[in-house]
Amino acid sequence: MSGDVILDIRDLKVSFTARRAGRKRRVQAVDGVSLSLAEGEVLGIVGESGCGKTTVGRSIVGLARPDSGSVAFRGAEMIGAARSSLREMRLNVRMVFQDPYASLNPRRTIGDAVAEAGDINGFFKSRAERSAAIAATLTAVGLDPSFAARFPYELSGGQRQRVGIARAILPTPSIVIADEPVSALDVSVQAQVLNLMMDLREELRLSMLFISHDLAVIGQISSRVAVMYMGRIMEQAPTRTILDHPLHPYTISLMAAVPKPDPSKRILGAIETGEPPSQFNRPAGCVFAPRCPLASNRCRGDVPELRPVGDGRVVACHNI
Amino acid sequence: MSRVGATLWLQPFMARPIALAGLGVLLVTVLAAAFAPWLAPFDPYAIDPMIRLTPPNAAHWFGTDQFGRDTLSRVIHSARMALLIGSGVVVFALATGVPIGVLSALFPRLGHLLMRMVDVLMAFPALLLALGLIVILGPSVANAILAIGVGYMTTTTRIVYGLTLRLRAETYVEASRSMGAGTVWLIGKHILPNLVSPLLVQASFVFAFAQLGAASLDFLGLGAPPEIPSWGNMLAESRTFITRAPWLLFFPGMMIVATAFSLNLVGDALRDRLDPRFRQVFGEKG
Repeated sequence: MSGDVILDIRDLKVSFTARRAGRKRRVQAVDGVSLSLAEGEVLGIVGESGCGKTTVGRSIVGLARPDSGSVAFRGAEMIGAARSSLREMRLNVRMVFQDPYASLNPRRTIGDAVAEAGDINGFFKSRAERSAAIAATLTAVGLDPSFAARFPYELSGGQRQRVGIARAILPTPSIVIADEPVSALDVSVQAQVLNLMMDLREELRLSMLFISHDLAVIGQISSRVAVMYMGRIMEQAPTRTILDHPLHPYTISLMAAVPKPDPSKRILGAIETGEPPSQFNRPAGCVFAPRCPLASNRCRGDVPELRPVGDGRVVACHNI
Repeated sequence: MSRVGATLWLQPFMARPIALAGLGVLLVTVLAAAFAPWLAPFDPYAIDPMIRLTPPNAAHWFGTDQFGRDTLSRVIHSARMALLIGSGVVVFALATGVPIGVLSALFPRLGHLLMRMVDVLMAFPALLLALGLIVILGPSVANAILAIGVGYMTTTTRIVYGLTLRLRAETYVEASRSMGAGTVWLIGKHILPNLVSPLLVQASFVFAFAQLGAASLDFLGLGAPPEIPSWGNMLAESRTFITRAPWLLFFPGMMIVATAFSLNLVGDALRDRLDPRFRQVFGEKG
């Protein structure tokens, strides 16, 4: 942890209405998540699909409407704020999307895509300034400025994702929320894009919320990791601490699922059983209890709170 | 770039001679409408009782009608009415259907209300709806355009509504929203540009069906006033002479069939050009 808190999320709750068998039911996608992002830090959010990690990111940029809770950028509340007062925040908090194929409009040029945030918010004073900014940004993400006149179908997946990143850094924001930015790419391209993101973070002094299901990727880029499961944070700690010594049974099982090149280093022990329970049927106590090998009666009745256990780590488990 | 674009647009026509023929027929119709006074060998209104109901001959290629008017001249002049009604209906259908469809998709509450009204209109057969409206509004060319247009407004609205619902959920639209884009920006920069190609195809079909609709109204005496040359009017006037002077029905009838068929061929070719699965057949990626 270094520097001041730039983004503060408090007790965020988001639910969706789902229609199933003709009946409307609520799905609690995010259930009381609190996170804080320090200036210049990369915070990783990891968890399996459907755990609500993407919804957290979408709530921050205004694509999901939270039921309650607060998202504050440099102390200013973003949820429920008027659109005019959100302008500065929208330019300062930007998102890189998962699918590089779906995230670019096939009918708009790369240059238009890169300049979009500036165009929407009247950032550019002249056409010359705009094209210079597009060229500089494309260069910064490792693309030739001539790409500005091209259309998305002419680009490969990796190039498209570079455009997706370029779109998120013009004008330079304070925070980039990266939602699985490399999971749709080939492994070789993944590394290039990850390196690019790490370089840009340093150059532009970005703070980053890095959402991924891939512990290896998270471990490379983030300084701190929050582990999410069924809408709640299970464990949060500095990256090295959590990777070397996971405490929460869910974190342990998540790490056990990562294939190891050396079979003798496999993590044995606490490995969860079965599938996550239905979102319509949330467990009363700890959401992980139905799959947890250590679950006791208390786990099935009481919701464990996140509590500090030293080394900058917080864990939500009765058994730690 | 524009030259490349033009060849790409022509490719589906080149690959299919019948579509090229359709394009040719439409071109001839447009030229006939544009240069009718110069192309027509006679005044389409000139009456000559001496030569009434003459079969096609060297002077009157398509024969003459019961008033001795030259059928060829009237067929050529009718192209004007056909294009006027066709483009009028297309403009009306797009000008009403696009805003209603887009706004309904973006504002669900408004959409529920508007789309139910569209459903009610769709429940009527298009021609019945047009007849009802003409009865209320009175017969005239403008009212014919309106009456036929309402029927195609509903289908256009449905198409636009469905496409916009899909576009609204696209990641690039969400990306735009996450950067603070308002409704006007989303419609102008993301939704409308993606609607252009499907609407181009829809317009060609609406144009074709408007021809048939207008001919039906004219035939029933509810379209253009009878003295104005139009293919439907010509059919209506000459139907009593069908055994004595079949050429009076043959030539305008052929024109209705030919234009509607050609428009459908062109619409098909356009659709194939715009469908990514067909694009590869023509050897390009975009």
